[in-house]
Formats: sequence, structure tokens, C-alpha cells
Amino acid sequence: MDNLDLARWQFAITTVYHFLFVPVTIGLSALVAWYHTSWVRRRRQDDLRLAKFFGKLFTINFALGLVTGIVQEFQFGMNWSDYSRFVGDIFGAPLAIEALLAFFLESTFLGLWIFGWGRIPEKLHAACMWIVHVGTLLSAYFILAANSFMQHPVGYRYNPQTGRTELTDFVAVLTNKVQLVTFPHVVAAAYMVGGAVVMAVALWHLRRVDVGRDSGMYRRATRLGAVVTLVAGLAVAGTGDLQGKIMTEVQPMKMAAAEALYTSSDGSAPFSLLTIGSLDGTQEKFAVTVPGLLSFLATGHFDGSVQGINELKAEYAQRYAGSPLTADGTYTPNIPLSYWSFRLMIGVGMLAALIALLTLWTTRGDRVPRARWWHWAVIATPLLPILGNSFGWIFTEAGRQPWLVFGVMATSTGVSPSVSAGEVVTSMVVYTLLYGVLAVVEVKLFLAYLRAGAPAFEEPAAPAPEDEDAPLAFAY
Amino acid sequence: MELSTVWFVIIAVLWTGYFVLEGFDFGVGMLLPVLGRGADAETTEKRRRVMVNTIGPVWDGNEVWVLTAGGATFAAFPHWYATMFSAFYLPLLLILVALIVRNLGFDYRGKRDDAQWRARWDVAIIAGSAVPALLWGVALTNVVRGLPIDAHKEFTGNLFTLLNPVSLLGGLVTVGLFLTHGALFTALKTTGPIREDARAVATRTGVVTAVLAVVLLVILGVGNGTVGSWLTTLVAAGSLVGALAANLRGREGWAFVGTFVTIAMAVATYFLLLFPNVMPSTLDAAWSLTTANASSTPYTLKIMTWVAVVFTPIVLIYQSWTYWVFRKRIGTDHIPAATGPGSPGGHSAPSSAGTPAAEPVGAATPRSAATVPEPVGATAPGPVALPASKPAAR
Repeated sequence: MDNLDLARWQFAITTVYHFLFVPVTIGLSALVAWYHTSWVRRRRQDDLRLAKFFGKLFTINFALGLVTGIVQEFQFGMNWSDYSRFVGDIFGAPLAIEALLAFFLESTFLGLWIFGWGRIPEKLHAACMWIVHVGTLLSAYFILAANSFMQHPVGYRYNPQTGRTELTDFVAVLTNKVQLVTFPHVVAAAYMVGGAVVMAVALWHLRRVDVGRDSGMYRRATRLGAVVTLVAGLAVAGTGDLQGKIMTEVQPMKMAAAEALYTSSDGSAPFSLLTIGSLDGTQEKFAVTVPGLLSFLATGHFDGSVQGINELKAEYAQRYAGSPLTADGTYTPNIPLSYWSFRLMIGVGMLAALIALLTLWTTRGDRVPRARWWHWAVIATPLLPILGNSFGWIFTEAGRQPWLVFGVMATSTGVSPSVSAGEVVTSMVVYTLLYGVLAVVEVKLFLAYLRAGAPAFEEPAAPAPEDEDAPLAFAY
Repeated sequence: MELSTVWFVIIAVLWTGYFVLEGFDFGVGMLLPVLGRGADAETTEKRRRVMVNTIGPVWDGNEVWVLTAGGATFAAFPHWYATMFSAFYLPLLLILVALIVRNLGFDYRGKRDDAQWRARWDVAIIAGSAVPALLWGVALTNVVRGLPIDAHKEFTGNLFTLLNPVSLLGGLVTVGLFLTHGALFTALKTTGPIREDARAVATRTGVVTAVLAVVLLVILGVGNGTVGSWLTTLVAAGSLVGALAANLRGREGWAFVGTFVTIAMAVATYFLLLFPNVMPSTLDAAWSLTTANASSTPYTLKIMTWVAVVFTPIVLIYQSWTYWVFRKRIGTDHIPAATGPGSPGGHSAPSSAGTPAAEPVGAATPRSAATVPEPVGATAPGPVALPASKPAAR
């Protein structure tokens, strides 16, 4: 493996790992804020207990999301310095704004929320978690705007004198049509994760026979989590459908790769649910297909025509082979990876929404589902949308290849020339080992707090007057 | 003034914000084994918890300053970002690993009531504070002194190019400054024996640091210094001496302001020595990265300037407010029982401290304990409470 492969693997590993925690952070912060606000407004003791319970789980998760995010910001300069030089004029701005607008909000107000019990007025205290949530949304917006530029570059021009791209319209970058569908898609997927965590954790307690007087609290939480998962799941599907149309328009190769469609289809292209055999387009394959579905996903019509890989490849070779920045032998992404990540993304997402629906049904009235296998199916459900997020990113990033910036800069031209393969290997080994150990530590801690359940209710202390030597909240 | 110059100043301000704020929490982290030590295991643990809780609500916000500095460098000077971050590959890797384990240490050490668990995270906090404190100094000193950068703006050296004696001295100075700054912060935010010990430590580290810092700034300044950089050097040295004097007289607030100014002026000196370069080349002056040849286009800089002008004051306001909210001193008497997921205290910790009659587990903090008189050495109880909010009130 050379520098390029190593840097790509490292980016893939650190990004997928980082994004295991990000959707939990986005989704769960909203639900913790919801419970905290509900306590302030309705004075229902269970709400405060749940706010603290899920708040604790939230902070355990947030810590890892935050630290792995620092690596992401530094990685562009460390491993992809030529890319950073080439697009810094455009790409750097949303990253800097993300730090200034979002990271400060998240970290400062989370500190206030964790340590603020009995220190700040309760309405303000509940608002702190909402502000954290707004911070996570702002963060998502700006980083997705940066990513959308890579998928579909807008608002820029290429300056042949400097050999760099230059920003010409920042509003266009922030309102990129890819961005406008990607942001709601990603945020809805994050709410799915948050909802599924609440549903699964609450059901974990609800199913226990000794849950006693807390059963009402956990039932409500299970159902709220299920509703959020289901509604967010529908939003994910709707926005995903819109994304498919825009993707077909701006990155037709990605859509062709998603179906491993080699030959262009003039109408009614089928979508295969699964394929056994090779995906290289040379052999007959066994496949379960739905007629016309690919055409519908790509164009909105069951008889729309879809361009195939071969045709697009020839077209790209003609258009891009001339410049060293855009010359690449393949112009084709990794087909099996695109094909399977696309299906798995959709499949696990739909399965999670289905389980949420069934959870609502099986907990209706006063019912508690009694089948053990079903308990474990629900408890494992958060893994589905988390995996769905991972597959979604793998699809959208791998499907963009061989481009860093679609049609503008090939991936092979972006790595740091001054960094040696030994250095990249070192960092990759270090991150992989460290991340592996931290995953074990985090999951064990998360499960320990999950098992402990919601804390007993305590009336929160009122904020002390200014001059009083007030006792403090100790979170550490 | 050119917009690229404005952004040079903004980046200098962001690094200043980072070092004056995260500097003290690096210091607190490094001092965990020194100040967090008592006659028995229980006292040791309580002292450590006092220390970690003094920075608990703020360390995370402090750290964002470096993320913003990194992002701002990327946006305003893409070449600077690209050259610097790829040149400092291995040091940055170490810094990242250190920050990761240290941050988790703060968040996780108290989440299980288990001595071995805490001991491991303490190692993470101590090493995770010392490594960046050292390496940021090494890195920035290398930037100011210049690096072998070729005509394509690429770094041509290796790790050993970066580990030269002067840059290592730069690293020792940042370690020393942060130790002193952190000790004074601890003295300012605590009560009881830990406060006394922190002041004594600040005196010792401060004297050594003052000598090292003056040597470093003179080495860097000779030949390159301007009137401005010598002036900031002088203010840095003066305020450090002032900080030590204030500390000896028990004026912890003023002493902390002193190291605050020292660090800010040291960063200012570095950036004044650097300007108008951002990454000088030691191979050929023509290959140096400058504010002019490394910057983004005027359009990008204009947008970023508006964003910075509008949002930086907002950030400063709410960060200052956080310092105000958590301005009280804490001591070992305030520390409630250890907690974990199994114990009810694991969840009651936040609110228990305020309600003596509520829960037996959390009730280790009766209200009366908080009113223990100031310890003997506290000669200036009046003004000390006020500068607690100073860090963000620049």
C-alpha cells in the first residue's frame, strides 16, 4: 500500500468511527432537552429522572464523539495537504465557522448543563441542553456543506494562475442543492439513532419483572423513543428519495454504481434487492429484482432512463483525461462496495423503523411484550440506524471516487507529498489501537450506566443567592 | 490594513485565547500528582477531585480555541495550514492522542468508584496534559525560527529537524508557564491546604520559568527583534515577576492575571517576530510562506471577517458568563462521596450537594462545611474572589 491508500484507509477508519458517536450526540441531546424541559413545565418527577439518566448516557457518548472529531479537523492538513491547498479557499471557511459557531456552543453549554444543577435558574438550565442541541445541528450543517461541495462543487472558480480553486459565492456553497437534501437526511438519521437508543434502553428496564412502580416511566420512554425512531425513519426515507434524484443528476456514476448498472437503460430499469455472483457486469447473475424501481429512485418515473457505468466512464474519460488534476484511469468507484453499502443502508434503516412500529403495537395500552427474543431484537435496534449511518457515509464517499471534488480534483492528487508512508502507517496503527481500546471502555461504561437505570428522584436545589457561600455541583 | 494582516492578528488572538485558557487546565492536569497528594489515599483522591472539578465546567470550552485556530488557519491561510500540519505530522499525532486520552480522563475518571480505574485515567490526564504543553511550545518555536521549506511550500525535514535545542527550550517554557498558570488557578479556585500548596508550587515553577523564558525570548529576538517584540518581551517578563510577587503576598487573583498577561505577551512576541512571514523557510527566504502568498482570496477573507466580527464577541460573552457562574472556590470539604453507576450517588452528585437532608450518600457536604473560614495564609480574602472571572473578561 502506498501513501494514498494508507491515507484513504485512515480517513475511512477515523471518519466511520467518529460518526458512530455523532448521531447519538445529535439525537440524544434533543431527547434529553425534551425531558428536562418537560420536567420544568409539567413537574412530572419521571421526566427529571429520565433527563438525568439519558443525560449521563449522553455525556459518556459525547466525550468520544468530541475527541475523535479533533482528529478529523487536523487530518485534512496532516494527510491531505495538497487537497487543503487546492480547496482551502472554499473548504476552510465552513470548518472555521463550525468551530466558532458550533463547537464553542456545544462544549460551553454542556459544561453548564453538567455542572449547573442548583447553580443556574432551572429554565435556563434546561435551555442549556437545547443550546447544545442547536450546536450539534449547526456543526452538522457546516460540515455537510463542506462535504456537499466535494460531491457537487458550486460557488467557485478555478484560477489557473495559482492552480487553486477560489470561492466566488459563499451563499451558493451553503445552499448547494446536494446540501439542502443531505442535511435533513443526516439529521433525520441521527434522530432515528437517538430515538432508538431511548426506546431500547427503556425497554431494557421495562421488560424486567422487578421494574415495579417505574414501569409507567419506562413504558412512556419506550414509546416516545419508538415514535421518534419511526417518524425520523419516514423522514430519512423521504429525504433519501429526494437525494437519489439529485445524485442521479449531479453524480450519475454514483447511482449507476449503486445498482452495478453497466449498460444504460432506456426505460424501466429494475432494482435488485440482492445479487449472488459477480458484480462486474460480465456474467449473468442471480438476483431478486423489482422492475422499474431503479428508474423510480433515480428519476421519479418507473420508466425513466438511467445511464450505465460503461457509457459514463467513456464520457468522463473524454472530458477529464486531459488535465493532471482530473486524470484517472478508472473514473469508476468500487462497484461491490457501492452496491452493497447502498442496499445495507436502506435495509437496516427500514428494519429499524419496522421494529419501532412493532414496538408501538406491542406496548399499546398496558401491554408489555413478553417474548425474550423480541426484547433482544428491540434492545439491539440502535445498532441498526448506527450501521445505517455508517453505510450511508461509506456509500456516499466511496461512490464519489475516484474524485475528491467531483469533476475537479482526483483523489490521487490530494495527499501530503511531504509525509512519508511510515508516518501514515504509524498514525494509522496508533489510531486503530487507541480507538479499539476506547470503544471497549466506552461501551462497558455505557452499559454499566444503562443497567443502573434512572436515578431516584430528588428535588433539585434552588439556585443560591449571589452572596451566599453556595454548595457546588460536582460532576467529576 | 490588508485583510490578510487582519487574519494574521485574529489567528494570533485565537492562539492567545487557547494558551491563556487551556494553559491553566494543562497546568492543573500536570500538577495532579504534585498537588493531588495527601497523607492517605482518601485525602489524595479528594484533592484530585477538587482539582479536576475546578476546571470541570470550562476545560472543554477552553480547548475549542485551538480547534478554531486550526479552522481559521485553514480558511484564511490554506498554505500555512497545509504546510504546518503536514510538517508537524508526528508531534501533532502525539498531541491528538494526548488530548483524546486526557479529555476522556476528565469525563470518565469519576464515573466508576474504582481506585484502579481512577489511577489509569489519572495517568491519562497527567501525560495528556504534559505532552501537548511541551509539544505546542516546540512546534510554535519551530514556526518562528523557520523550517526547511522548499519552493513548493513543502517541508523537507524530518522529526529530528523539529527537535532542535532552541525549540525544545520553547517547549520547556510552555510547560513551565502552564505549570505556574495552573498552580495559580488552583490557588485561586480552592480553599484549604491545597491552596497553600498550590501557591508554593507556583513560586518554585515560576522562578525557573522566568529564567528559561527570558533566555528563550532573547535567543529568538536577537537579530529578528523589533521594537514591538522587545516591548512585549519586556511586558511578559515584567508581568511574570509581578505575578510571583503578588503570589508571595497572597494576592492570588493578581498573580493569576500576571501569568495570564505573561502568556498573552509571549504569544504576541512570537507572532510579532513571525510577521509578515507565517512559515519562514530556512532554505531560501524567497520560499517563505507569508501573509500575502499563503492567504485565501479577499472574498473568502471578507466573509470570514464578518463571521469573526459578529460571533467572536458572542462567544466571549457566554464563555465569560460560564466563568462567572462557576466562580466559587471549592475545597476537599465540599467533595461528596465517590460515585459510580451502581451507587445512587452516581446520579445524585449534581443535586445532593445542595440539600443536606435529601440523601444519605450525597450528604457528605453539609452546608456548614462550605463556610469553613479561609485558611491562615489567606492574607487577601477580599479581592481574590473577583479576578476569578478574569480569564474570559479580556
